[in-house]
Amino acid sequence: MSSVASPASAAAPSSPEPLIVARGLTKSFDGFEAVKGIDLEVRPGEFFGFLGPNGAGKSSTMRMIACVSPVSSGTLRLFGLDPARDGARIRARIGVVPQLDTLDTELSVQENLWIYGRFFDLPRSECRRRATELLEFAQLSDRADSVVEHLSGGMKRRLSIARSLINDPELLLLDEPTTGLDPQARHVLWERLYRLKQQGVTQVLTTHYMDEAEQLCDRLVVMDQGRIVAEGSPRELIDRYSTREVLELRFAAGTNDQHGALLAGIGDKQEVLPDRVLVYADDGEAALSEAHHRGARPESALVRRSSLEDVFLQLTGRSLVD
Amino acid sequence: MSTVLRIVPETFVVRRPHRMIERHVVAYRRQWMIVFSGFFEPLFYLLSMRAGVGDLVGDVRVGGRSVPYDAFVAPALMASSAMNGAIFDSTGNVLHRLKYARIYDAALATPMGPADVAVGEIGWALIRGQVYAIGFLAVMAGLGLTESWWSLMALPVCALIGLTFASIGFLGTTYMRGWSDMDIVNTAMMPLFLFSATFFPISSYGDWGWVVQLSPLYHGVALVRAANAGVWTGSLVVHALVLVVISVVALVLASRRVDRLLRR
Ligand SMILES: Nc1ncnc2c1ncn2[C@@H]1O[C@H](COP(=O)(O)OP(=O)(O)OP(=O)(O)O)[C@@H](O)[C@H]1O
Ligand SMILES: [Mg+2]
Repeated sequence: MSSVASPASAAAPSSPEPLIVARGLTKSFDGFEAVKGIDLEVRPGEFFGFLGPNGAGKSSTMRMIACVSPVSSGTLRLFGLDPARDGARIRARIGVVPQLDTLDTELSVQENLWIYGRFFDLPRSECRRRATELLEFAQLSDRADSVVEHLSGGMKRRLSIARSLINDPELLLLDEPTTGLDPQARHVLWERLYRLKQQGVTQVLTTHYMDEAEQLCDRLVVMDQGRIVAEGSPRELIDRYSTREVLELRFAAGTNDQHGALLAGIGDKQEVLPDRVLVYADDGEAALSEAHHRGARPESALVRRSSLEDVFLQLTGRSLVD
Repeated sequence: MSTVLRIVPETFVVRRPHRMIERHVVAYRRQWMIVFSGFFEPLFYLLSMRAGVGDLVGDVRVGGRSVPYDAFVAPALMASSAMNGAIFDSTGNVLHRLKYARIYDAALATPMGPADVAVGEIGWALIRGQVYAIGFLAVMAGLGLTESWWSLMALPVCALIGLTFASIGFLGTTYMRGWSDMDIVNTAMMPLFLFSATFFPISSYGDWGWVVQLSPLYHGVALVRAANAGVWTGSLVVHALVLVVISVVALVLASRRVDRLLRR
């Protein structure tokens, strides 16, 4: 991993032909504008991410890209096609994991995969073959005949993910795929997504897990209130929006504001969160000794490298813990 | 082909309705009894008409002929059962799949379109309706209530009745807010069943005959009666056209409603 930003990947490159192009894309619901004119380009084979607080418009954007929600204004092209005219042809080539599962609760686990495959006109034998393989991947082989209604939340999520792969998609849209997954299942999924990337599958992900975005995404955008507020690779965003290191201080409950004032001026910036105070500084240790020098007596102190979470905090003013 | 499809908005393109039916075949595999249950109700009606009411009423005069009462009522019951089956399938079951099980949301993320969903659901209602109609016709034949091989024409006629009511039912269901709205369906069906020249000829409605003509079931009953009697007249074309027009209009509107509801 290089810590030097490569500007070539920051500006959305125009070659090869982008797989997703959005220009001035908006989405309105009865007068309320959930997406307020965004521009995007996603290249074939790229792993692209959307970050943003609740209600930022990530799912609304994903649903337009999935051709299940009409564009309110602006233009959107996938594979060079217009969703308004060629929705069915586009959908045939993509896999979708919606934020909320849309599994068929009246069918068994494997029937869900077969029938979904049939919606894509796959031959029955092919549906069965792929279903067997996907159940293996989703670690649901022993539950193949269970009724979906009786699966646990995480199992349903895994089935949703497996189902999205039934048509061998060229583009995979993942709206918070790992929400509700246990750590082991999450790592199995990451590994699979990484393999798909190596096979050249383009992927678009939304997530609230910054480690996930950092691990998987080549490039990502941060959305806030329907707009894109930053764009770049995880490394670039950290370099651009955060300091090299962060000092995390925990004080006795209820004294954060008072300590925030005490620390004013140390490092580049201070951030008072409900549970801790962050000091952004290129040299965390130096900031810590300065804090001690000013008489701060934190219950715990930690110096760490900046992460995507800090970028998120800077850009949206919101902590992920609330 | 593809140029034609380009002119038709995606909402109305019908390409894979049979996939919806395939889904239902798999879903109902474990519960075939539910599929057959709809067959018995009209049958019990028919048997009670024959045993009891027929003896009291005697013959009925229609189109200058005198017909025993049970032979007069049987085609009407067959038409009504086609209506009931179609409505049953296209309201409660569709409401469940649309609002609660949310089966269609998943389908619309695939190449399936709103018209595939609507046509598929209506096709499924037709298939079930035909199973009932065949059974009903067989019982009629067994009771000596069919008059000639023309009676077989009652089957496609019942398919047309099913198409009409399934389309209306599906369209109506897209406007329902919840289960309580199902009461409206039951309330609307009762007068249709009673006042569509089902139990007495239209002539006995006197000056109110025109109201009867507004009922789609009336046109269906007229067609099944004609098929059973093997008497074909020009007016039947009008009856059939009324049903076809209602079906097509309801289907187009239904596809648009699915689009509006689920692709927000
Ligand atoms: N079908 C809808 N009808 C009306 N408003 C909607 C609809 N879908 C989304 N919205 C509104 O649009 C805004 C953006 O919602 P969206 O689901 O895109 O957010 P998000 O970024 O995915 O959030 P989250 O992280 O919580 O999933 C919200 O204010 C939401 O209330
Ligand atoms: Mg969302």
